Amino acid sequence: MAHEAVIGLECHIQLATRSKMFCECPAEFGASPNSNVCPVCLGLPGALPVVNRAAIDAALQLGLVLGCTIREASVFARKNYFYPDMPKNYQITQYDRPLCEGGALPVRLCETARSFPLIRIHVEEDTGKSFHPERTGDRPVSRVDFNRAGVPLLELVTEPAFRQPEECGAFLAGLRRLARWLKISDGDMEKGHLRCDANVSLRPPGSASLGTKTEIKNLNSIKGVEKGLTAEIARQAAVLDAGGRIEQATLLYDADHDKLAVMRSKEYAHDYRYFPEPDLPQLTVDAAWVEEVRGRLPEPPWTREDRYVDHLGLPAYDAAILCETRERSDYFEAVVGAGTDAKRASNWVMTEVLRHVNARGLSEREAALRLPAKSLAVLIGATESGRITSASAKEVLEEVFEKGGDPEAVIAARGLVARSSPEELLPLVREVLAENPGPVAQFRGGKQATLGFLVGQVMKKSGGRAAPQVVQELLRAELGALR
Amino acid sequence: MSIDRDEVRRIADLARLEIAGGDVDRMAKELSAVLDFVAALNELDLADCEPTSMVPAAASLRDDEPDGRRLTSEAALAAAPERERDFFLVPPVVENVNP
Amino acid sequence: MSANRWWGRPATTLAACVARGELSAEQAVESGWEAASTWEGDVHAVAHADATVRARAARTAPPGPLRGVPVIVKDNLCTAGDYPTTCGSRILAGYRAPYDATVIRRLRAAGAVLTAKGNMDEFAMGSSTEFSCYGPTRNPYDLTRVPGGSSGGPAAAVAYGLAPLGLGSDTGGSVRQPAAFCGVFGLKPTYGRLSRYGLVAFGSSLDQVGLFARHAGDVALLYSLLAGPDLRDATTRASPPPDVSAWDRGVKGLSFGWPENLWREGVEPEVVAALEEAAACLERAGARRVAFDFLPGTYAVATYYLVATAEASSNLARFDGVRYGPRAPSTDVWSLYVRSRSQGFGPEVKRRILLGTYALSAGYYDAFYLKAQRARTRIRREYQAAFGRCDFMLLPVAPTLAFRLGEKTTDPLAMYLSDIFTIGANLAGIPGLAVPLGLAGSGLPRAVQLVGPEDSEPTLLRAGRALEVRGEVARLGREHETEFPWPMKR
Ligand SMILES: [Mg+2]
Ligand SMILES: [Zn+2]
Repeated sequence: MAHEAVIGLECHIQLATRSKMFCECPAEFGASPNSNVCPVCLGLPGALPVVNRAAIDAALQLGLVLGCTIREASVFARKNYFYPDMPKNYQITQYDRPLCEGGALPVRLCETARSFPLIRIHVEEDTGKSFHPERTGDRPVSRVDFNRAGVPLLELVTEPAFRQPEECGAFLAGLRRLARWLKISDGDMEKGHLRCDANVSLRPPGSASLGTKTEIKNLNSIKGVEKGLTAEIARQAAVLDAGGRIEQATLLYDADHDKLAVMRSKEYAHDYRYFPEPDLPQLTVDAAWVEEVRGRLPEPPWTREDRYVDHLGLPAYDAAILCETRERSDYFEAVVGAGTDAKRASNWVMTEVLRHVNARGLSEREAALRLPAKSLAVLIGATESGRITSASAKEVLEEVFEKGGDPEAVIAARGLVARSSPEELLPLVREVLAENPGPVAQFRGGKQATLGFLVGQVMKKSGGRAAPQVVQELLRAELGALR
Repeated sequence: MSIDRDEVRRIADLARLEIAGGDVDRMAKELSAVLDFVAALNELDLADCEPTSMVPAAASLRDDEPDGRRLTSEAALAAAPERERDFFLVPPVVENVNP
Repeated sequence: MSANRWWGRPATTLAACVARGELSAEQAVESGWEAASTWEGDVHAVAHADATVRARAARTAPPGPLRGVPVIVKDNLCTAGDYPTTCGSRILAGYRAPYDATVIRRLRAAGAVLTAKGNMDEFAMGSSTEFSCYGPTRNPYDLTRVPGGSSGGPAAAVAYGLAPLGLGSDTGGSVRQPAAFCGVFGLKPTYGRLSRYGLVAFGSSLDQVGLFARHAGDVALLYSLLAGPDLRDATTRASPPPDVSAWDRGVKGLSFGWPENLWREGVEPEVVAALEEAAACLERAGARRVAFDFLPGTYAVATYYLVATAEASSNLARFDGVRYGPRAPSTDVWSLYVRSRSQGFGPEVKRRILLGTYALSAGYYDAFYLKAQRARTRIRREYQAAFGRCDFMLLPVAPTLAFRLGEKTTDPLAMYLSDIFTIGANLAGIPGLAVPLGLAGSGLPRAVQLVGPEDSEPTLLRAGRALEVRGEVARLGREHETEFPWPMKR
């Protein structure tokens, strides 16, 4: 029987603020256990939360870029449940009056532009981390570290708009790119900066009703989302095909073994007893703040991609790669801004610059420091004008990425300016012709392609410095004269 | 309005409290009496009354500056009933992930 | 009365004498403990004290307006490095807070010496200080009677002279009612004027730190030192607090509301008599009486017992045996929670947690919690309307004078109703001042309550002061500093 999957995502983005959501503890990753804690994030008696403005600002940036409606007076709420890594046994989050509602994330999927609608984005605090099951002696235990407790999160909930696991993977990749683009999160899924849960149900294709859904937790990589959902869709399909019913349940995806485990069935459903957080007045975000944030929003990546295709005439493939990160696309734009042809700039950035970035494990920011966009533009210009050869240009890049330095200085120091005077090159051309009677004969016999080989030989003799056009002209002239 | 024994047990579970068998009836009776009393609110006309969750105050937001009153891990763990090195220790969690 | 000539002096006098070098801070602190040697064994107002700690604190007290003045604070205010902070509960047995509450920080900075932590109803849930894991506190005027609650410890200690100043917390009357039962001033300030940072929460939207003193001027001084915005409590008001320096200016030209319908029934005659005398006294001092009917307090009590318990059920969830407090032996987390909490909390706390959990739980939220929040809006409006007609209202503090130990412990509703006149101010976020009015024929303290609009503390203190000096109540005389009524002779 055919089934159509209906999938909704709930994503948590860990914000890269300096301090935590409701206290002044550093929000950094990797400190020794229980050292980034204070009375507030440890839930000590008497401690009270105070909202970090930067976390709200980050939420506004994300909300505005996604076209959400911003609520002027939003309300923090308590979500009550007991868990050992929850210091207060309630989480401060938002409930019926979240900061952002609506909006959509544009995603390019197999060359098609899609847009996945959102229900809401709200601000909340993270929990601590428990490590389990572990043992101390022969006794099973959990160890708890509260360093992460109180780190700010954005929770983003989508409409159940996905039909394919791949769409979810693309959405998550798009969300990660956007979070980094806005510099509100490091977006490192391995470190849990971006986490994802999914709701899945199946129905006959074309049906408007919804089947019983299950919730899958721990889909914490893009591959994991796709594989976990694929597995759950297959499981549900098998149950339905065998005439069974889907039980409402929460499942846990184990990426290491590609397995789903039932974590909690319906009878353990929670009663979170949400109510407005009385320790925090309502959060007022006035129009001035919203406009101020809007004013400093960067151009979103999808708009850039479109612009690269529509106005710069780049292939969609190039636009997508250039807009993978904001640093890369800013860099590309600066190269173009310095007078380089867009396609040429794209080729250089996508091939030469990225090759060095990858090979040397540089961040794109570091790469841009070693080879500023202006310098790359100069280098491209010099190559285009024939002042240096492309072989020389690669040599310059090699040195600049290795040791730093100004490309012009490298060209001068290494004497890389192309040799284009016939007086200088003619002896080399003649040597090559003398040394290669075979190819010369082939050329004479009408095999034009041999010329390329002969040019290459001259280039080699010149140490890559000879201007190829001049060499070619000289070769033609000499071969014609010999005839 | 009254609360029965099952209701007392349900909310006691939610609140992670144990009400001894013999006390369940007494608790049900006491809570029911309070709820009967509270039913007086039905006499008030509340049609145009928005809920108040607190006395209003302008939300003061905090600048994103770390530190201030961080505790050392020793101080954080000083009152821990059970610890292992710098971790709080708890018996195993049966459900294995946060909701 | 003690031979100690410093005993019972106002804080302002003590501080001035310490500043002038007439006595040392240590002597100022120990003068209160001399009184304690007579009273404390019977009254049991103190939950934690330590002679070495207070001597050190007295020696090192910085110069300031309260240098050397002893203060007793309720056991639910976090104090670092000196005493435990246990909220009168087994679930916090031995707990020492690693930080000072903001009000404690301000007290210490002013030079005050924390002389003890005062006994209280567990987690401030009670009106008699009988629900403490340390046992009950008794009324120093009659040891068979309660001191009121939940801040009964500090109230009784200030009454018998352990310290001229005390801090409590008032969620539904927990400062004003024990102040009335013990014959001292008790101020519940406007919500958001005193920081709650470091006050162990009961009902967050209702809790305020409250002040005890034997003299109106001391209340004004203490208020001026503690009130004001705190960056660690987002519910404090950003504006500067009202200036109370004119507390002694008299009441000429002020008007006070007289909602007589509230005490036509269910209120003891001694309480009504105190109201009549206070009203007459205020009128003689130049204030005008405005009679009107007011919303009966039963609605406020009903609203309160949903809002406060709902918030408490969540606030008290953190007491779970994981990070602090005793832990019951268990092999899984569920039983760790259930056993630690069931063994740690007393019956009244459990009752309120259950009620609050119920009011918030799925299917009941709208009918209970949400309805109570709407009723709260209604009650606030009633006060606003009343204050359109007068500057403050004269009310009873409690329907009775101090009641007997055990009288209400078995009937939760009867206990809840003893807050019927105080709860409204918490729901509306407005200030209330309990003013002692001498002793009734039975020898028990009498009192009245003044309630005003937000930030009306200066007005309330002016009226409280007028009653203090102008009253014709027995033994409230000209030499109020020394002839203030004292507990029964020992
Ligand atoms: Mg969430
Ligand atoms: Zn913290």
